[in-house]
Amino acid sequence: MNDTAEIAVDVRGAIKRYGDFTALQRISLGIRDNEFFTLLGPSGCGKTTLLRMIAGFEDVTEGGIYLFGDEIKTLPPHKRPVNTVFQNYALFPHMTVLENVGFGVEMKGGSREDAAKRAGEMLELVQLSQFAKRKPAQLSGGQQQRVALARALAPSPKVLLLDEPLSALDLKLRKAMQVELKHIQRETGITFIFVTHDQEEALTMSDRIAVMSAGELQQLGAPREIYEHPRNMFVADFIGDTNLLEVSVDKIEGGRVQCHIGGGHQLICDAIEGVNIGAKVHLSVRPERLVLSDQESDGNSLRGTVTENIYIGRDISTMLDLEDGPKITVRTSNTVRGSKRLIQPGSPAFVNMEAGAARLLVD
Amino acid sequence: MAGGAVSGGSVASDTYKQVRHWLLMPSWLVLGLFVFAPVCVMVIYSFLTKEFRGGVIWEPTLAAYDQFFFDRGLFGDSDPVLQWTYIEIFWRSIWQAGLATFLSLVIGFPTAYFIATRPEKTRALWVFLVTIPYWVNLLIRTVSMKFLLRDEGPMNDALLSIGLIGEPLQIVNTNLAVQLGLFYSYLPFMVLPIYASVERYNFAMSEAAADLYATKWTTLRRIVLPAVKPGVIAGCVLVFVPSLGAFLAPDLLGGAKNFMIGSLIEDQFKGNAGNWPFGAAASMILLSMVLVVLILFARQQRRAEAAT
Repeated sequence: MNDTAEIAVDVRGAIKRYGDFTALQRISLGIRDNEFFTLLGPSGCGKTTLLRMIAGFEDVTEGGIYLFGDEIKTLPPHKRPVNTVFQNYALFPHMTVLENVGFGVEMKGGSREDAAKRAGEMLELVQLSQFAKRKPAQLSGGQQQRVALARALAPSPKVLLLDEPLSALDLKLRKAMQVELKHIQRETGITFIFVTHDQEEALTMSDRIAVMSAGELQQLGAPREIYEHPRNMFVADFIGDTNLLEVSVDKIEGGRVQCHIGGGHQLICDAIEGVNIGAKVHLSVRPERLVLSDQESDGNSLRGTVTENIYIGRDISTMLDLEDGPKITVRTSNTVRGSKRLIQPGSPAFVNMEAGAARLLVD
Repeated sequence: MAGGAVSGGSVASDTYKQVRHWLLMPSWLVLGLFVFAPVCVMVIYSFLTKEFRGGVIWEPTLAAYDQFFFDRGLFGDSDPVLQWTYIEIFWRSIWQAGLATFLSLVIGFPTAYFIATRPEKTRALWVFLVTIPYWVNLLIRTVSMKFLLRDEGPMNDALLSIGLIGEPLQIVNTNLAVQLGLFYSYLPFMVLPIYASVERYNFAMSEAAADLYATKWTTLRRIVLPAVKPGVIAGCVLVFVPSLGAFLAPDLLGGAKNFMIGSLIEDQFKGNAGNWPFGAAASMILLSMVLVVLILFARQQRRAEAAT
């Protein structure tokens, strides 16, 4: 990717401790200028803590945070040229929408007229111009969300921080806002740092994703990289659905590993560093990369019995018991072609793997 | 107030209305007997003729109000001249009560803010500590205050012994002592309502303000204060109104020269003056003033609400 891009936010070995509890364990990451960057992880993983450290609401116990090369960790929040969209918006209830959006500009030293003018522009950007005179309580959740976004964008921050801004919206509105946010990010060219626990949201919107767990950075990369080449068990399991199978390594040859799972099923996949013959490691394979068939293929092919077909709308999920081995899930698209491949529960079947579908994981 | 009133449901069937009517009866009775009736008695008495050493004669007259505002000479036959004695007492009461309200706000707001921002577990303890003095009777606390402040009291002793002053400070029997007494008596009435509204305040709004380049002071002025205003107004009313009518602090700490309305009225019923119609008239004037203040506040509140 474009490694020449300027680094907007540089987190260097940041540690956050609350008494004995370590919320962040020496995180280092560089967020590029103009990037839609997502901090993704389950609740309690430290993603919000990291965001609040960048905003200035949490002290940095150790390490540093740099904004375009300047150390900012000692600056109070009101002196940092970054703005935040809060999880529950935190709009000022006694001010009109226009006053809310103009507040930051006014506080930065702009006149009331400047503030109102800029607020008007921002409301146009989020398509809420007709609501300028209303109070936040008179708006719907989705509209309040957009006011919060406009308010944070109005002072032209160098970096925009978004703390799970879509979590309070219903699914349909959330999907629409995802597209809108992405659009606004491209249009304004501002670096977005987006916190979410929703992996689908992260994959949809981000240029790059940092997957976090238990205060540690698990993997940093583009959505495709994270999804298709998860670095460890946690990432493979957290991002999307996957089959995690325990395998024993039999042979390593020419960048390929031959291994077997319980029941003696043989598999061949790409070798990775740190795997030795005889080791027991995990293998991750996405259900949609598996093909259900009544015939054995010449590649990786596992024999089992179908136990259940689950209809989930767009796809159909088939569960199988591998012969003397673990369970495995196959996902077939709900199309005419896909439906033809379905096999009734109780019948024997083969699970064929596309080349490169299975990935070994070190831990 | 008494009575568990069932408030407006959407299904207002006849039975429901009847039941509600009966359930509200105790409240209406209590209000009628103990609020409405006494006020009526007072209004009527203020227009009656006084009986020597207490009581009234049932002859309607405006004498009580006349006495309040006008001087007609020793024998009551000179031309009426506007007299300032009672108006001055009222004026002193208003500014004493106003100052006590202001001081309570200055001390009470930070206190309430401090309590509301403590960890949830310790908040109840802080609130309890604020209310502890109220387990002791106000009379006893006011007398104790007098002992603390008097010339040979511990405060003067301490100041003398460290050489900060050469002569004991004369505080008792001054307006300052009355002010201290009022402030001390009603401070918790300021702290508690403000605490209740700060506790409900969403501190994410302060973070949002700081994030949008507002300093702490601006955040307090532009975001926190408007949000907790109902609590501040409630606190001010709860301190101002009883301060205005207080008689313990002015009696015990102020002496004869620093009369307030409360003492004046008390004197008409319990003391030597023994002029019931005049006491009732003074009470009516006080009540009207309090009502005016409350109505102004209520109107301001309503205007603020309408704007929301």
